Amino acid sequence: MQIAILVAKAFIIQQVILGLASFCTWVERKGSALIQDRIGANRAGVYWNPKNPLLKIFTPIVKVFGVLGVVNTLLNDAIKALLKEDFVPEGTSTFMHALGPFMAVLPVFLAYCVIPMAPDFEVAGYTIRMQIASLNTGVLFILAMGSIAVYGVVLAGWTGNNKFSLLGALRASAQMISYELAMGIAFATLILSYGTLDLYEIIEVQKSGWGINPLYYPTGILSFIILFIVGMAETKRGPFDMPESESELVAGYFTEYSGMKFLLFWLGEFAEIALFAIILTIFFFGGWHIPFVELPEGVWWAALVGHGVLMTKVVFFCVLQIVIRWTLPRFRYDHLMNLGWKGLLPLSLFNLMITAAIVLWGMNLS
Amino acid sequence: MAGELLNVDYGIGGITTHMKPGMEGDDLHSETMIVNFGPAHPATHGTVRIVAELSGEKIVDVDVDLGYLHRGFEKMCETVDYNQVMPYADRLNYVSPIINNVGWCLTIEKLLEIEVPKRAQYIRVIMSELSRISDHLTCLGASAMELGAFTVMLYMMQARELLWELIEYVTGARLTISYGRVGGLKDDLPADFGDRMLKAFEGVLHQLDNSDRLLSKNRIFIERMCDIAILTGEEAIDFSLTGPLLRASGVGYDVRKAFPYSSYEDFDFEVPVGKKGDNFDRFEVRFKEIYESIKICRQAIKNLPGGPIKVDDPHITLVSKDQVYNSIDGMINHFELVMYGVKPPKGDVYMQVEGGNGELGFYVVSDGTGKPYKCHVRAPSFIHMGAVRKMLIGANIADIVPTFGMVNMIGGECDR
Repeated sequence: MQIAILVAKAFIIQQVILGLASFCTWVERKGSALIQDRIGANRAGVYWNPKNPLLKIFTPIVKVFGVLGVVNTLLNDAIKALLKEDFVPEGTSTFMHALGPFMAVLPVFLAYCVIPMAPDFEVAGYTIRMQIASLNTGVLFILAMGSIAVYGVVLAGWTGNNKFSLLGALRASAQMISYELAMGIAFATLILSYGTLDLYEIIEVQKSGWGINPLYYPTGILSFIILFIVGMAETKRGPFDMPESESELVAGYFTEYSGMKFLLFWLGEFAEIALFAIILTIFFFGGWHIPFVELPEGVWWAALVGHGVLMTKVVFFCVLQIVIRWTLPRFRYDHLMNLGWKGLLPLSLFNLMITAAIVLWGMNLS
Repeated sequence: MAGELLNVDYGIGGITTHMKPGMEGDDLHSETMIVNFGPAHPATHGTVRIVAELSGEKIVDVDVDLGYLHRGFEKMCETVDYNQVMPYADRLNYVSPIINNVGWCLTIEKLLEIEVPKRAQYIRVIMSELSRISDHLTCLGASAMELGAFTVMLYMMQARELLWELIEYVTGARLTISYGRVGGLKDDLPADFGDRMLKAFEGVLHQLDNSDRLLSKNRIFIERMCDIAILTGEEAIDFSLTGPLLRASGVGYDVRKAFPYSSYEDFDFEVPVGKKGDNFDRFEVRFKEIYESIKICRQAIKNLPGGPIKVDDPHITLVSKDQVYNSIDGMINHFELVMYGVKPPKGDVYMQVEGGNGELGFYVVSDGTGKPYKCHVRAPSFIHMGAVRKMLIGANIADIVPTFGMVNMIGGECDR
């Protein structure tokens, strides 16, 4: 029974990830069109005129989905990518070439293992926690997975056997490693103030009031700013998309990828956006808690509502990241390094010291 | 040194490294890498190849390889009569085709020693300035897009669309319009053109304002543009740069002011000048020039004189259809002009206009027949590309993109 529950949880959480990633894809396509005064994807699914009365029922849905570009971005893009030629450049190992996208996506999906998706609830005597692995060191696990994701990028850049891929991979690895320092220290600051590494407990600490406790905390706002910037840099998007800056490096480290392998990189990227949105929500915005409303514990519908609240907050941060990506121009590589090493790292260290002092004098969130 | 990089066959894939003499003695054994930007690379809009020798992300040396879009404009011109050159001239700087048309017409008119009526001159000014705005909008938008600000580019394209709708309203075509004629214009402006233009300008100014707010005070954008690819005024003159590139380096040379043509002396406008000569100055100069062009257009439409739009000479411009059908000499003039073209006297002539990118000059040798004996174009893009190597050496690999964007090489004009 335990195994069945675990499998069910894994399946549900995987669906959540894919759903979030697809949603981000859709916002990226259609939302950017909205920002830029374009129409955006709306071709596929607009024409739907079946003879079958059973299929006719779906007509309004398909029409709306078609106009909103849902069919186009989620269905047609995937089909297109699957049917494309799987191109492997000359003079490279086919296996290693295929390993690249896999290695880039896997750590992101693994990081979701420790994310609690909803409050605990009881079904038929079993207490279910919507978390695949209830690690008490969840934060560290996320950090570890973030570091491993670099391997996929480097592998992809190297096996591309292309100078632009190589340059992109070098940039990506340098960027991810230097921003990981600031991220780690920002996490440490938060762990200090929360006094725990368990993500579930971190959310439970923020139960009362606005549910944005760390932001009341003097150093919380600074950690939020740092973590938000670092998160955008870690996802290699927004103004930080140096590794794939399409105007200089063609497409950076995935220049030599096509079809589904190419799409896997995108999937990983969007899953990463969602992951960072979840992390921000969990650390700063009270996870599944609604401000000033306390949900009953252990009831299934409360878990469902909690999950909905969490997702609403996550979607907000996803959209925010995408809006920023379509507003700002790209950094230059050395400016990015300056920002990371000379700006964010000292700032996060300073923040850590202040927090440590505050904690030492007896203030703690939990 | 120039051309050395081009002599090696780099292929497309594979990592090729390149040893520089004197590098072997370094403590840290390092080799430079050669990267091929183009001819088909997203940064090289227009087909051009930039071979860059990189040490890490720094550019050690650069070679620019032109000529991928060579169509033989100058040779083609020798096979057609003077008015038939117009469609070819459209395709030089295809973003501002009217300026090319006007330049060509003025050259031949200088050879013929005629001056078109005031109304035609004013209309040429209006249309040239509209083209200049669209040229600058395209340049700025494309450069912004290459720095990752895709949204700005689409805003600028919307503004350009308003102008192209105007141009379409007058000429019936959008890109290759062939509006100029030796001795005048193809058509007069439609009656409500002025109102439409002023309305379109409101839209353009609105979009410019949007783009300005997204870029001009954006720290990321400024850091990417400032202090990159600096050329001093002297260097710019040495490279014989003209147009926004020269003015950004602090030299206020503008053909419209220095050698006024087509009644430019009637209008009150400023020539924006930069200070440092970096990419940001180039951006600013172009941005300000859009406002100046709008100013000129407003003055021109306000003071637009009446009268004909062609010179009244049957050997240069077509006579009216009424005369063609009803009078024998009208018929003969029409036939002569269509079959043999305008026949300027023997001699050679050089005439320059201020194009979107700089001084656009035409040199024409006439042997007295209806076709040019020889023709040469002083294409600003071609000359500007000569300075690219100087601008890029020592810069970052990411600086290729904004620098190349600000040089604004237009393939059609550069390679001809």
